[in-house]
Amino acid sequence: MILRSQIGARTALVTALTLLSAAFAGVGLWTGRTAQADSRDSATDALDYASPLEVLFSPDDTRFYVLCQQSEEIRVLDAASYAVIKNIPVGRVPRGFSLSPDGTRLFVTNTWDDTLSVIDTGSLAVVATWPVGAEPSGVVEDRSGKRLYVANRISSDIAVLDAQTGVEEKRLLGGRGTSYLTLSPDGAKIYATHIYPNASKQPTDGGNRSVPESEITVIDVARAVVQDRIPLHAVAGVFHAAFSADGRLGAVAEYHPKNLVPLAHLEHGGAFAYTLTLFGADVGKPVELPLDELERYASQPFGVAIAPDKSRIYVTCGGSEMVKVVDIHRLMQFIRTHPRPQSGSFAQDLSASGNYVVASIAVGHNPRGLALSNDGSKLIVANRLEDTLSVIDTRTNRVASTIPMAGPKKISVLRHGEQTFYTARQSFQGQIGCASCHIDATFDGLTWDLEPDGFGRDIVDNKMLEGIKDIGPYKWNGGNPDIPTECGPRTEKYFWRSEQYDNLTLADLAIFIRNIPTRPNRWKLPGYELTPAQERGKALFDRAVDKFGKPIAEYNRCSYCHSGRAGTNRKLFDVGTRKATDNSGMLKSAPLTEIAQTAPYLHDGSARTLEEIWTVFNPEDKHGRTNDLTKDELNDLIEYLRTR
Amino acid sequence: MKKLLTLTMILVAAPCAFGAATAAQQAASGAQKPHAAQAASAAPQMPRFRFENFTTANGLPDNHVYSVLVDGDRIWAGTENGLAVYENKAWKTYTTKDGLAHRAVLSLALDKRTGDVWAGTMAGLSRISGGRIDTYTQLNSGLSNDVVYGVSVEEENVWVATAAGGCKLNLRTGQWMLYNERNTPMTEIWVYGVSATPTKVYYAVWGSGLLEYDQKTGRWDKYDDPDGENEMVLFKDQGLIHEIVTSVSYVDNIVWVATYFGDSRYDGRYWHNFLTKDSGLPSNFTNVVKGLDSKRAWFGTDKGLAYYDGVNWAVYTPSLKDGKPEMTVRDAQGKVTPVAVTTAPAHNYILGIDFQGSDIWVATAKGLSHGIRQP
Repeated sequence: MILRSQIGARTALVTALTLLSAAFAGVGLWTGRTAQADSRDSATDALDYASPLEVLFSPDDTRFYVLCQQSEEIRVLDAASYAVIKNIPVGRVPRGFSLSPDGTRLFVTNTWDDTLSVIDTGSLAVVATWPVGAEPSGVVEDRSGKRLYVANRISSDIAVLDAQTGVEEKRLLGGRGTSYLTLSPDGAKIYATHIYPNASKQPTDGGNRSVPESEITVIDVARAVVQDRIPLHAVAGVFHAAFSADGRLGAVAEYHPKNLVPLAHLEHGGAFAYTLTLFGADVGKPVELPLDELERYASQPFGVAIAPDKSRIYVTCGGSEMVKVVDIHRLMQFIRTHPRPQSGSFAQDLSASGNYVVASIAVGHNPRGLALSNDGSKLIVANRLEDTLSVIDTRTNRVASTIPMAGPKKISVLRHGEQTFYTARQSFQGQIGCASCHIDATFDGLTWDLEPDGFGRDIVDNKMLEGIKDIGPYKWNGGNPDIPTECGPRTEKYFWRSEQYDNLTLADLAIFIRNIPTRPNRWKLPGYELTPAQERGKALFDRAVDKFGKPIAEYNRCSYCHSGRAGTNRKLFDVGTRKATDNSGMLKSAPLTEIAQTAPYLHDGSARTLEEIWTVFNPEDKHGRTNDLTKDELNDLIEYLRTR
Repeated sequence: MKKLLTLTMILVAAPCAFGAATAAQQAASGAQKPHAAQAASAAPQMPRFRFENFTTANGLPDNHVYSVLVDGDRIWAGTENGLAVYENKAWKTYTTKDGLAHRAVLSLALDKRTGDVWAGTMAGLSRISGGRIDTYTQLNSGLSNDVVYGVSVEEENVWVATAAGGCKLNLRTGQWMLYNERNTPMTEIWVYGVSATPTKVYYAVWGSGLLEYDQKTGRWDKYDDPDGENEMVLFKDQGLIHEIVTSVSYVDNIVWVATYFGDSRYDGRYWHNFLTKDSGLPSNFTNVVKGLDSKRAWFGTDKGLAYYDGVNWAVYTPSLKDGKPEMTVRDAQGKVTPVAVTTAPAHNYILGIDFQGSDIWVATAKGLSHGIRQP
């Protein structure tokens, strides 16, 4: 996702990158595939796409609201003619929105400036902008209009605000990467989901192999406290939830990664199951059901809607570019007639979905949010990377019309690269796209057994993609010299298990990845000043002499290995973290970009926190001279690292 | 922004203060006018309780109960073998298998805003939120030491007393601040207790007196026993009664302090000390103190549970001689009157105290006791 505000300043860079990519590709290899960028002209990169992410109907079905992430605005469309009524600018990189119960106010979260825009739906104007938490995402107002709940992705909590003043009352502990909120139909509870798995409680013997655990955080609205947490075992990446009108059936879209078997075994279904977990009175104990079919996976499920008559569940699949339609009657029959596994999960049963998925409706690139009209006849889907809305007739399960978002028609290099990043078309059976593991172009908080070198060998932590340009070689062992190599032969052969990218597609993908913007660092003070603790930590980071006056060897200084803009000198070191299951102990110094957010740590994710890197995994001072530090000083060092 | 924060603090602090006053009024109903009560009868009317005791025989995971916390209708008991919660007349126990830092739970605190419970254990600090337990240790976090003797929640800060100094976790930023001999007047770092409010934070330091942190100025102050470690009181009420401070409770701008050699009350200007020889304390060896308000407090000693209403004292304990329930009342003149009772706390060695309306819950060395207020 590239920001409007960045595009102008980046044109020159993109020009250079485009030329570079063309050179890399070997000019003249253009294959004419329809998915590719329309032009190699760098000017096409400075295009102001809307990138619709979420959509909402007004309570009376006369209009709908579209959250446009890249153009940073809310577009208001007439629900009958699809004509634009108004475009309302909001804050930077909006992600979530919802209407107040009476429909008079629209709340929009702005993830890059940590604000909430309040739009009066009568005047269609922003009437207030409130400061909120770090990377606000989902937002919901309670029925009484007393409190507003905001999911903060970075701080992994749910802020409780006074709905009239925006003053924050408190924060409730959510799951890691708390992002989406859903109010139950009776207004009594709010269900919060999160996109990264919770921290592992008990490390396994190897310290790096644990099944992910996620949750649905249940908030009691009357008391504004967490009432319960519905466990989601072996799930990492949980997105929107929806309820039937009677409140008896809830459904949440999620990823079920199989990260502890070699990812290369796609032919064995070895990457992901994409599932729904059903919960509520209709099903009793929560039950997980796959959306995947044997030859057609439902990659990257995101948005969920349940028909008002409780006949269908609709799920957008961002990687598969389709909407899955689930027949609820048949689904419930399946649940009743099939012995439920002890785990409560049918995720491994690829034959299951044939019993209840009744349609797969092809839509545009990277479909995300969806909204049903109140009568259930019309389903609107936001195709984020196609700048269109698909209007689906729910009686026929067909796209009745496609609404362009009045943006550029051309597909820029960056847009094509981003489409390539999200789509699962390229991989075997459509199982995975880059975004399956790099959620929203970040990471997934998991360690993976990536390659077919034996089960449990060379377990590696998935890494953040922000700010990775020009820091090759890539991979933990530095085995790939550049991004095209990282994303090309390695990905195609090992991960996709399918045909290779054509060269221009690969070049565009690499350019997109090189240009993934780095989010504002929330631990930095305005003006990039450092707090006293951060100052002390920086001095430790930069030091060349230990506390006993002994010189620290260059290779054992923080500032040597983690030098430069991204915090890596790009060289290989043995920092004493090799496990018996690792093929080598030589590892590339890891970049420090946004390191506070990217737990777990070390090449195999064995350090669950930054502290553990040194308190547990650095007994011989091979990973920097740190054992002379007091606890206070280690805390200071970590405070500084969080600013990187 | 500062104004917003200030307003938020005021809004949050106000109901807390109100809640404290209400609890205090309830807990002392019937004893609100001690002087009048005293005049009406030979012995002052002091609160009476029927004690119901919980042990392993009726669901508690262990009889060694270090701490107790009232959370509305729920009661949390920190035992030597897990964290137990009593709800709907049934006990449920959380153990290390559930993610609890250690089986021995030494201290408990409630975040009244969120309902989260914080448990200090022998091997780390655990947060219990909606059934989920997250644990902080000296290895996986900025926590100064794994032995957590005390914990107190104030707004978005969790203040912790450990065997290696105090510390504070800011829940919003995730930052840990450590307080020890390097940045406070603390001379010993064995910190036994903490009482935190939006204005002042007090640390009870074993061997280093009482430490005060002013939240507004960021300054530390230290209160010591004027006679040092002589263990002799040269002048009564000269200052803190002893350096070996075990517990502190800050209520209504009054600091109540427990030590192993007597107890103290400090109003910001004057000290008032309590010793067995000149008060109703059953023992100078005090594990815990919990203030009700500026005048009244409860003390947990090795020889029973004591209540001070500002003038008179009451002691509740099984007899040290024969184990039979005892209650005694000591008036302002020092006259001690026994009161006939049929129940007493589970044991004389008291480790924890909390209030539930007019009732009291007491953690003892041989069980958890629920003192049900009698008319």
